Amino acid sequence: MSLASPLTAPPALLRRRRKGMIFRAACMGATATGVVALVVLLADIAVDGVGWLSLTFLTDPPSRIPARAGIGPALAGTLWLMALTAIVTFPLGVAAAVWLEEYAPRGWLHTIVQTNIGNLAGVPSIVYGILGLAVFVRWMAPATGGRSVISGALTISLLVLPVLIIAAQEAIRAVPSSIREASYGLGATRWQTVRHHVLPNALPGIMTGTILALSRAIGETAPLIMIGALTFIAFVPEGPRDAFTVLPIQIYNWTSRPQDEFRHLAAATILVLLALLLTMNAVAIWLRNRYRREW
Amino acid sequence: MPTIRVSADGTPALETRDLRVFYGSTEAIKGISMEVPQKRIVAFIGPSGCGKSTLIRCFNRMNDLVPSARITGEIRFQGEDLYADNVDPVEVRRRIGMVFQKPNPFPKSIRDNVAFGPRINGIEGDLEEIVERTLRRAALWDEVKDRLGKSALELSGGQQQRLCIARALAVTPEVLLMDEPASALDPIATAKIEELIQELATDYTIVIVTHNMQQAARVSHYTAYLYLGELIEYDVTDAIFTAPHEKHTEDYVTGRFG
Repeated sequence: MSLASPLTAPPALLRRRRKGMIFRAACMGATATGVVALVVLLADIAVDGVGWLSLTFLTDPPSRIPARAGIGPALAGTLWLMALTAIVTFPLGVAAAVWLEEYAPRGWLHTIVQTNIGNLAGVPSIVYGILGLAVFVRWMAPATGGRSVISGALTISLLVLPVLIIAAQEAIRAVPSSIREASYGLGATRWQTVRHHVLPNALPGIMTGTILALSRAIGETAPLIMIGALTFIAFVPEGPRDAFTVLPIQIYNWTSRPQDEFRHLAAATILVLLALLLTMNAVAIWLRNRYRREW
Repeated sequence: MPTIRVSADGTPALETRDLRVFYGSTEAIKGISMEVPQKRIVAFIGPSGCGKSTLIRCFNRMNDLVPSARITGEIRFQGEDLYADNVDPVEVRRRIGMVFQKPNPFPKSIRDNVAFGPRINGIEGDLEEIVERTLRRAALWDEVKDRLGKSALELSGGQQQRLCIARALAVTPEVLLMDEPASALDPIATAKIEELIQELATDYTIVIVTHNMQQAARVSHYTAYLYLGELIEYDVTDAIFTAPHEKHTEDYVTGRFG
C-alpha cells in the first residue's frame, strides 16, 4: 500500500497558480490605469479651478476682465438645452421603443430599422451638427428662429434619440413576458397591456436610460458650434428662439485665450459641468436602485 | 381522422378538427380532432414536448402572439369558428380564460389584480363586490380580506396562483385553460388548487395541462394522452388510467417511459 500523497500543491499546480496571479495583477493594473488617470485629471482641474468658484461666478455673464467673468448665460443655456432635449426626445424615444418591441412585426423591416438605430448611435456628432445647421437653423428658420436654443435642442435630440431608444427598448424587454401574457389572457388589448403593464414597469429603466443619454449630450460641443451657438453671449436665453451658448463652448472659448486667469475660469467651469453630470448620473443610479424589482 | 367524442350531450364547449400547428417548419400538433364537453374537466397529459401546452394555447388564441406560429384545421368554441376572420382574439381571451404555469400576478395590489380585467373590459357593476365574489370563488378571500391593498407579490406561491384564478374568473369566462397550474407549487398548495379546480367545474369548462399523472387522475373527468403532437388516446379518466386501449398510453401511465 502506498503512502497517501500530501495535500500541499505539487510544482505543476504552483505554476498554474502563478499564471492566475499574473493575469489577476494585469487586470488590476488595467483598472487602475483608468481610475488613476481620472483622479489625476480631476485633481488637476480642482486645484486650478476651485478658488474661482463662487455664487456670482454661476450667475454673472462672461467678461473681458477675468475677475468679473461668470458662466450665467452658459449655465442657463445648458439647462435650457437639456430641458428642451428631454421634452423632445422622451416621447419620441419611448414611442419608437414601444413600436419596435411591442408592435413591429419581426422581419426584414424591423431588422433594418434596428440595425440603423444602432448605427445612428455611433455617427460622429459633428455630422448631426451639419444636419442641424441645414434643417433646423436654415430650412426651419421661421419656426426655430435660426441659431436658437431650440435649434440646438433639436440637433442634440437627433444625437440622443438612438441611445434613448435602445435604452428604452432594453427596459421594455426587461418586463417579463409572463406579465404580458397575463394581461392578454384577461382580454386586454395591446394598447391596454402597454399602457397598464409594460410602460409602468419599464418606466424606471426608461428614466434611467434617458438621464444617462442626456448626460452624454451635456458635454457635446462640436455640433453646437456647427449650428452656430455663440461663443460670447452676455444674456440668459428667455425663450426657445433666443440665441444661446453652453458650458462646453464657454470652456472651449476660455481655454483658447492667452491669459492664465482664463485657464482657471475654464477649470472652474469644468467643475460645474462635472457636478451637473455627476448629479444626473447619481439620480439615474438612485432611480434604478429605488425601483429595481425582483420578478 | 374521426373526431374523438367522449360525451354525447349537447354542443361541445370546444372542438378541434384536423388541427395542425406549425412553429416555422416544425409541426407541433399533427392533426388533432377532439371535443371538450361543457362543464367538465379535461386533462391533457404526455411527456414534455408532446404539444399539450401548444394545444391549449390555440384554444384562446394565445399562439397568435407567437410570430412564427401558424395553424391549419378548425377549432370551434360553442359551435363558432374561433379562427374566423370576424372573430376578435381579445374577446376570445375574455371568454376563454387562462391560468399559467408560474403564478404571474401583476406587481400591483391584490385588489387591483382582480379588478384589472373587469376594468379594462368595461364590465359594469360594483368592483369591490366583484373582487370579493371572485376571491371567495377562488377560496382566497379569508386569507386576504384584511390586506386587499397590499402587493400581490407578498403572497405565497399557492396564494398567488389562486389570485391568478380569481383574476381570470373576474372577467366571467366560460372556459378556463390551465397550463400546469400547480407545477411550481408545494403539495399542500397543490391540493388546494386541485380542490378548487373540481369546485369550479360546476360553472366552468376546464382544460388542464399537467405533467403529474396522479393529478390528472384525481381531478379530471376525461383525459387526453398526447405524444409527439398526436392525440394517442382520449377517454374517461378512469379508462385511461385503468384500462387504456393503446399500448402506448398504458406504457406512459404506468411510468414505463416519459
